Amino acid sequence: MDAFFSSLVSIAFHGLAYGMILYAISVGLSITMGLMGFVNLAHGVFAMAGGYVMYTLMGDLGMAWLPALALACVAVAAGSIVLERLLYSRLYTAGELEQVLFTIGLIFVAVAVARIFYGNNPLAAPLPDLLKGQTELAGRSFPTYRVMVILASAALIVVLWLGLERTRWGAMVRAAVDNRAMAQSVGIDTGKLFTLTFALGSGLAALGGALGADLMAMTPTYPFEQLVYFLIVVSLGGLGTLRGPFLGALLIGIGDTACKYWVPEFGAFFIYAATMLVLLWRPQGLLGRAA
Amino acid sequence: MIAKGAAADIGYASSARLKPVELLPWVVALAVYFLAPTYLPLGAYILIICLFVLSLDLILGYGGIVTLGHSAYFGFGAYVAGVFAMRVSGDPLIGLAVAAAGAGLLGLATGAVILRTHGLALLMLTLAITSIVLEVANKWTSVTGGADGLHSVPIEPVLGLFRFDMFGKTAFLYCLVVVIACWWLVRTIVHSPFGVALAGTRENDVRMAAIGAPVYRRRLTAYTISCALAGVAGGLLTQTTQFVGLSVLGFELSGEVMVMLVLGGVRRIYGAFVGPLVYITAEDWLAKQFPEYWYLGIGLLLVVIVMFARGGILGILDKLVARVRGGRA
Repeated sequence: MDAFFSSLVSIAFHGLAYGMILYAISVGLSITMGLMGFVNLAHGVFAMAGGYVMYTLMGDLGMAWLPALALACVAVAAGSIVLERLLYSRLYTAGELEQVLFTIGLIFVAVAVARIFYGNNPLAAPLPDLLKGQTELAGRSFPTYRVMVILASAALIVVLWLGLERTRWGAMVRAAVDNRAMAQSVGIDTGKLFTLTFALGSGLAALGGALGADLMAMTPTYPFEQLVYFLIVVSLGGLGTLRGPFLGALLIGIGDTACKYWVPEFGAFFIYAATMLVLLWRPQGLLGRAA
Repeated sequence: MIAKGAAADIGYASSARLKPVELLPWVVALAVYFLAPTYLPLGAYILIICLFVLSLDLILGYGGIVTLGHSAYFGFGAYVAGVFAMRVSGDPLIGLAVAAAGAGLLGLATGAVILRTHGLALLMLTLAITSIVLEVANKWTSVTGGADGLHSVPIEPVLGLFRFDMFGKTAFLYCLVVVIACWWLVRTIVHSPFGVALAGTRENDVRMAAIGAPVYRRRLTAYTISCALAGVAGGLLTQTTQFVGLSVLGFELSGEVMVMLVLGGVRRIYGAFVGPLVYITAEDWLAKQFPEYWYLGIGLLLVVIVMFARGGILGILDKLVARVRGGRA
């Protein structure tokens, strides 16, 4: 019985850490998809870029852990603005197929570039001493790093929630998600709003990618391998809100950890099957509104 | 003139009569058979992928169903053909029929549920289906061989007469005949009233429903046929290589096949022949020497096609032909 309880605690803890990483990466995707209806399959590219940029900053430039993390997020966000203005913005009115193809093309390019610069082996930025080792909590020990991931993500959620619910920018985003044409006609510059939101989402993806490098290894094929999970989180929760991807990320994080713990011989089968059932029941996602 | 061009683009105003240029792919294939015998295994592979891409064109190009999961049916057909040959009978034609039926049934069952959704949910469901099939093939080792796949799949002579030889001659001709038959089927479907109705559901499903067309049933029928054809392609691959492994499944293969279709040209039937030919030949030459740059090039090409040349290679050819003719007039 005690062994069972201890496995439950373990699954909850590691599932929560995994879910938090998934949330940081996916929340931007959910908001931008809700805003523009753009099918951005290349979102994982920004997460991968975050991980690799941080690795370079720490390894080659000798920066400390926290500044490197912050700079990686800012750099990826800035890069995403360039991509958004130059390329993405031309395809907002294009069909779904064009958007899918364009973003798959971006994935191919990113995979190739990553392979050229970083090779095929998984890389991870080294952890500062403070985050290594175990932390004692209620008589059990947990990896300090993952405790930090959970705490940092909880803080992130509070900040995001305040930002979206309490600021002018948040009000504009919510208005544009509800009805873009109406938001535009009352004077909201939705183009600019979208660029900013896109950059924020990409920066958060970079944060998730860099923080999650021990859970989801940084290899060049990262954007392909993890894409299914990001899309599941987004579509399971529902588009355009903060709560949607949070619920999706928690379900997938804990569900996937539980499946790997209890029924490893089935792989991710139950995750996919559950996703199918939910989407057939509610195509707009658990917390999404009916179209 | 513009209206006619637009109609041809939608796919229902082009004549159903066979033009001589439409025989060009088969002339090229026969030329390869006689002139370049060392390329026969590669040629057979290209023919198989052409059929796979053609099946995708039917639902994606003509039906407007954007799917990331078509490899599920290709791979399912490949595994069905493999398991059938190992356990029941090595007759290639029966095996192919079983692969087509299996993939078609899977297409019917999955299509019946996923085609009720649109947009992101549909995209996600197709992705989930191919992931599930991949997961099952990976884990159900007793039947599928798991990560090792099925080796030395026994294949008997075609019709009991033509043995599969080590030079790939029989395999190439076998593929050629099957692909021609499937091409004719798709061509007939596209030009039929059913094909026109399918194009209608893509262009405006609300209006099609308003004039009384059974949109869902049309799409499901097309989806099922397309999946069966993809299954045939998968079965051919298993039979000609006598091997089936996990590489016939997964989202990346779906993506690659979509790239080939777009490279050749969507909704043109022959884009499905040009795309794989160019893609696989280029891959065969370039990818071995510069694997990284190969993916970089494909990615950039895809971005450029979407931005500037939505018609693919055949679209560019069409424009060149139109310009030359316009210059003469």
